[in-house]
Amino acid sequence: MTALLRTDGISKAFGGVQALDDCSIEVEPGSIAGLIGPNGSGKTTLFNMITGYGKADRGDIYLKDTKITNLAPDKVFALGIGRTFQLTRVFSRLTVMENMIVAAHHKERAGQQGSGWLRNPFARAGGPATRRRAMELLEFTGIAKLAADRAETLSYGQRKLLELSYVLIAEPEIILLDEPAGGVNPTLIGTISDRIRELNRQGTTFLIVEHNMEFVMGLCDQVTVLDNGNPVVSGPPDVIRHDHRVLDAYLGTGEEDDDAA
Amino acid sequence: MRPAAIWRAAGLVLLVAAAAVIPLAKNVTVTHVGVFVLLYVGAAVAWNIFSGFTGYISLGAAVFFGVGVYTVALLSKHLNLAGGVVFALYPLAGLVAAVVAVPFGLIALRVRRHTFVVVTIAVFFIFQLMAYNFSWTGGSTGIFPPFLNWDPNTFDMPFYYTALVIAVGAAVLAWAIWGSRFGLQLRAIRDDEDRARGLGVKAMRVKLAAFVISGFIIGMLGGLYFYFQSEALPEYAFNPFFDLTIALMAFLGGFGTLSGPIFGALLLEPYLGYAQFQISNAYVSEVVLGAVFLVVIILLPRGILPTAGERLTAWRAARARRSAAPAAAPAGPAGAPVAGAAKAGTAGTGTPGSGRA
Repeated sequence: MTALLRTDGISKAFGGVQALDDCSIEVEPGSIAGLIGPNGSGKTTLFNMITGYGKADRGDIYLKDTKITNLAPDKVFALGIGRTFQLTRVFSRLTVMENMIVAAHHKERAGQQGSGWLRNPFARAGGPATRRRAMELLEFTGIAKLAADRAETLSYGQRKLLELSYVLIAEPEIILLDEPAGGVNPTLIGTISDRIRELNRQGTTFLIVEHNMEFVMGLCDQVTVLDNGNPVVSGPPDVIRHDHRVLDAYLGTGEEDDDAA
Repeated sequence: MRPAAIWRAAGLVLLVAAAAVIPLAKNVTVTHVGVFVLLYVGAAVAWNIFSGFTGYISLGAAVFFGVGVYTVALLSKHLNLAGGVVFALYPLAGLVAAVVAVPFGLIALRVRRHTFVVVTIAVFFIFQLMAYNFSWTGGSTGIFPPFLNWDPNTFDMPFYYTALVIAVGAAVLAWAIWGSRFGLQLRAIRDDEDRARGLGVKAMRVKLAAFVISGFIIGMLGGLYFYFQSEALPEYAFNPFFDLTIALMAFLGGFGTLSGPIFGALLLEPYLGYAQFQISNAYVSEVVLGAVFLVVIILLPRGILPTAGERLTAWRAARARRSAAPAAAPAGPAGAPVAGAAKAGTAGTGTPGSGRA
């Protein structure tokens, strides 16, 4: 088992629709893996199964050698899998900094001595070390000046960056990004892909769902194409670009358009 | 953040000082209404710790209140307790209510939003029916305490000051929770519970903890109510109006804020107490209560304090712009629109060209 993240024959049906059908993928440690496919091919559903936002009908999911099939989202996160959502989900009435502190909770706790019940439950959230780290990350993603603002005042692109920032503060081993470039202006897309590359150099593994082919092909080491809930082909971007099955998969449902979740 | 905390502390100290001297007027009506005001301040604050912070609107707080009432009632009846010792029973009443809150929470907190509200109402009616129908609750005739042989002129005093201690304790607790990791997790759950879980928040445990804390405080107030009113009757111990009233108080002042529920209770309960004394037909005050609820939901959905705070900020910003405009004008024709300048400086840096949505 060399794969960091592995799904083994995952199937999931919503009523009569088979969203995932015997879906097996592998993500190598230290890689940037891409997951592409037409709308409705099961990309987000696969993300949901991995991160505990739904129960798979069949199949198993492994993080290294640990079986994480159908664990609750908080447990999956604690084991080292972070994710962002296609439609960004930030805590709108908390400030940007408070958003960061919520996500830092797990990391902060791990650094503390003593058992969970003996700690002072009313201690102020976010110690100085956490706040410093949060500011570093916000600077890294370029939204440090918004730290004291409520998240609801952020633009869509800024929310994407906030979501990436607060996933980063927990230092997960692998980060699942659901359309990080969707609905974001070209300059910001460049920033996001630079940041992903830099984090990857520091050792974070990525699995990315994205419709923007330029983004995926420029960033990923390995791309898997899903069609009807099944991986059709997997390989380096150059191979994928010229594979006729990929063209078939996309031509079957027409051009990529913006779908909702 | 800091100046707000200072203002809040100053406000609280001022309120407590005012509340502490009111009984010196030696007016029985005033202290009698005062006990109810403090009782409702405590209950609204406690309700807000759970419902306001998490966004789960509970209409089952009267369960805790009633459990507190009956806990003290049954103990006093069977142990024949009278005198100062009754005040020692309140924490016990809170504890029993907290124990009840655990299974109640484990069931109700599995569902969200409207379903949660309906489940809390259902649990409330189960408790009310039990109080009416079990033999050991005294049924509809209720339970009456052993006679307290106290001077009627000062009878209310110990209740008044105990209620004050509980209300202040609840407010301080709410404040401590708000800024803590626990409070932050509650507020994250309010904004997006699934997202919070995906960031490692153990949502059920956190929600349940807030539910139990809220139940403990309201249970203590129920215990206080029993000796103060000298009765445990199912229709008053498990009173649906109790739930509606504290929810309205929180919404009126500012749902989910720290000062809102206190403000709402201070505003509303004196009126309700007055109405009880002055308006012979009880339904009039209830109709007014319903009308106030509608007005608040339609005109001030966020409550008086948040709306007022926003107006104040907007007014200050407008005044700052007006005073800045003449100064900026001579600087040159190239000056950016003053209103946007400050904000653009903040928003633009990290995300060139993206602006604000």
